[in-house]
Amino acid sequence: MTDYVIDVRGLTKSFGDKLVVDGLDLRVERGAIYGFLGPNGSGKTTSIRMLCGLLTPDAGSGTCLGLDVLRDSATIKQQVGYMTQKFSWWEDLTIEENLRFAARMHQLREPRKVVGETLERLGLTSRRRQLAGSLSGGWKQRLALAACLLHQPRLLLLDEPTAGVDPKARRDFWAEIHALARNGLTVLVSTHYMDEAERCHRLAYIAYGKLLAEGTPEDILAQVGLRTFSLTGAPPDAVGELGRLAGVEQVVPFGLRLHVSGSKADLLEASLRAYAATHRISFESVESSLEDAFIALMRGGESL
Amino acid sequence: MHRLLAVLAKEFIQMRRDRLTFAMMVGIPIMQLLLFGFAINTDPKHLPTAVVSAESSEFSRRLISAMSNSDYFDLQPAPPTIDAARQMLERGDVLFLLRIPAQFSRDLVRGQRPQLLIEIDATDPVASGNAMAALSALVDQAIATELKGPLSGLAARAGPIELRVQRRYNPEGITQFNIVPGLMGVILTMTLIMQTGLAIARERERGTMENLLAMPARPLEIMIGKLVPYILVAYIQVTVILSAAHFVFGVPILGSIPLLLLCVLAFVIANLSVGLLFSTLAKNQMQAMQMTFFFFLPSILLSGFMFPFRGMPGWAQNIGEVLPLTHFLRIVRGILLKVNGPADVWPNLWPLLVFTLVVVALGAKRFRKTLD
Ligand SMILES: Nc1ncnc2c1ncn2[C@@H]1O[C@H](COP(=O)(O)OP(=O)(O)OP(=O)(O)O)[C@@H](O)[C@H]1O
Ligand SMILES: [Mg+2]
Repeated sequence: MTDYVIDVRGLTKSFGDKLVVDGLDLRVERGAIYGFLGPNGSGKTTSIRMLCGLLTPDAGSGTCLGLDVLRDSATIKQQVGYMTQKFSWWEDLTIEENLRFAARMHQLREPRKVVGETLERLGLTSRRRQLAGSLSGGWKQRLALAACLLHQPRLLLLDEPTAGVDPKARRDFWAEIHALARNGLTVLVSTHYMDEAERCHRLAYIAYGKLLAEGTPEDILAQVGLRTFSLTGAPPDAVGELGRLAGVEQVVPFGLRLHVSGSKADLLEASLRAYAATHRISFESVESSLEDAFIALMRGGESL
Repeated sequence: MHRLLAVLAKEFIQMRRDRLTFAMMVGIPIMQLLLFGFAINTDPKHLPTAVVSAESSEFSRRLISAMSNSDYFDLQPAPPTIDAARQMLERGDVLFLLRIPAQFSRDLVRGQRPQLLIEIDATDPVASGNAMAALSALVDQAIATELKGPLSGLAARAGPIELRVQRRYNPEGITQFNIVPGLMGVILTMTLIMQTGLAIARERERGTMENLLAMPARPLEIMIGKLVPYILVAYIQVTVILSAAHFVFGVPILGSIPLLLLCVLAFVIANLSVGLLFSTLAKNQMQAMQMTFFFFLPSILLSGFMFPFRGMPGWAQNIGEVLPLTHFLRIVRGILLKVNGPADVWPNLWPLLVFTLVVVALGAKRFRKTLD
């Protein structure tokens, strides 16, 4: 039997009469890095809040770390590290005071020692008396991650942890996430970055509160079944014209090339061949990217 | 318990770091005390006054000397002509102008009810009210001394000026003795409700509430941890106000101080519970602020702080009876000025406790809900 750290079914949440999460099923294996994707307002943050007991689902059931998400939210909170989308540590407390507060709230045995070690590991020992509010975005993110790891949680919920962080810091961040996962920590991470999505073991894509696709990045590409052609020689203003061809669902400029994709491969190829006959372009089949697949999913979601 | 201490420590650090707010919490009471105690005096004295007397009689001399002995009037050098006197009134050099016409004494003795003219600068009616009452009393006195012996029959008739000292019907006549203790309740109400409301709304506005709630703490621990520091602030304010009231304004402290401090605790908790309830309703600091004023205005207007409680219409008194400030004012004035003991205080203490219980129940219910 597979060991699921998160195993929920039919999670549903509305605010007022607005349905924000609609019957979400989610299963995450121990030690997995699970990517959670979806357009703005699709309900990612709301779903994560329901998992860690900050919001009570209107409907649905399941377990998180083997504990009932509806009844045991207090116990779940002790074993989960939750990094909020918006920096939510106290800007008018120093780095050290924030960490110490977290350590004491989790009732760690030796808060002083744990905080000292964490500061050392972060390389913030010399700046420990600095107010958290005066840190740069990248350092805030490192502090937030360190603070929610203090109590050695078994599940890490990260809500867009790398928004606004430079590429080097993002790479370091992901290296750490992978190291933690190798040690058995399970990570659920929401993101809008495709390169980050590709670094996840599995992905879930939601739009308008509904789960539209789930699986490894390859599974998702296969599920969406998108064909993509790369066109050379087309003038930039051909985008509109190409978009109206039968079978064309997306036209995206990539430098001097245009990527044209559609789910009906035969129709798409026939249209392009006809277009190439009258215009001075050439085209070749390329692999669809996750981004193309997600945009296709989102379009499909709209018509649901 | 550990977690409660952690929240407490955090609140104290944040409070200490927010120097401006802390300074305001101690500074506001001092400023208000000085304003109400010194500047805003609803029983002004030493009002500049001029007397133009067209006769030099026993009566006029007696009246003038009585006026200069009174605290209310500051007699200016007599102007030479009536026009000069009018100018002084116009310019605001004097607030009162008293004219004693020629043959006043003669007409008075003949029972012809002579006129005594008083012109008042009534731009601020409050300023002249009590002085006016005092003046008519002085006039009556002077007349009574004039009409002695065989003339006493005249004195029994209606005098030239109606004798009415309004003060007598205003037992809670506003004086510093009354205002300064009352100010303690007003200041506590304002700062406590506003500060607790803001403290929690601030967490929500900055997004730190989500973090706080994601930690394994019970709502009660968070609530108590956030409120307790303000009890301390309240006692600092009470100390400042009581010391100033006693040492600067000479307000007597006749009753038991421990009893007073105990009642302060009940009042403080009542206000903290209101602040907590508001903070669960407010989405941001602005709303918390608005709700504070929504509660604060009826508190100062209907509690008997601004206007004598018994002088208000019935419906206003009913609202007033619900407000914590009403009861606290009675308690403070009772203890400070009337040496009230525990038994005297109880009728006003239990409404405070009931109020707190109801509001805490509402607040706790809402607070748990705000996890959503
Ligand atoms: N407390 C709330 N009250 C009312 N509406 C809410 C609340 N929280 C979220 N919503 C609404 O629910 C929808 C989903 O929000 P959510 O934050 O879960 O989206 P998201 O996928 O995290 O978006 P983003 O990528 O922008 O962070 C949005 O339309 C949002 O306005
Ligand atoms: Mg979000």
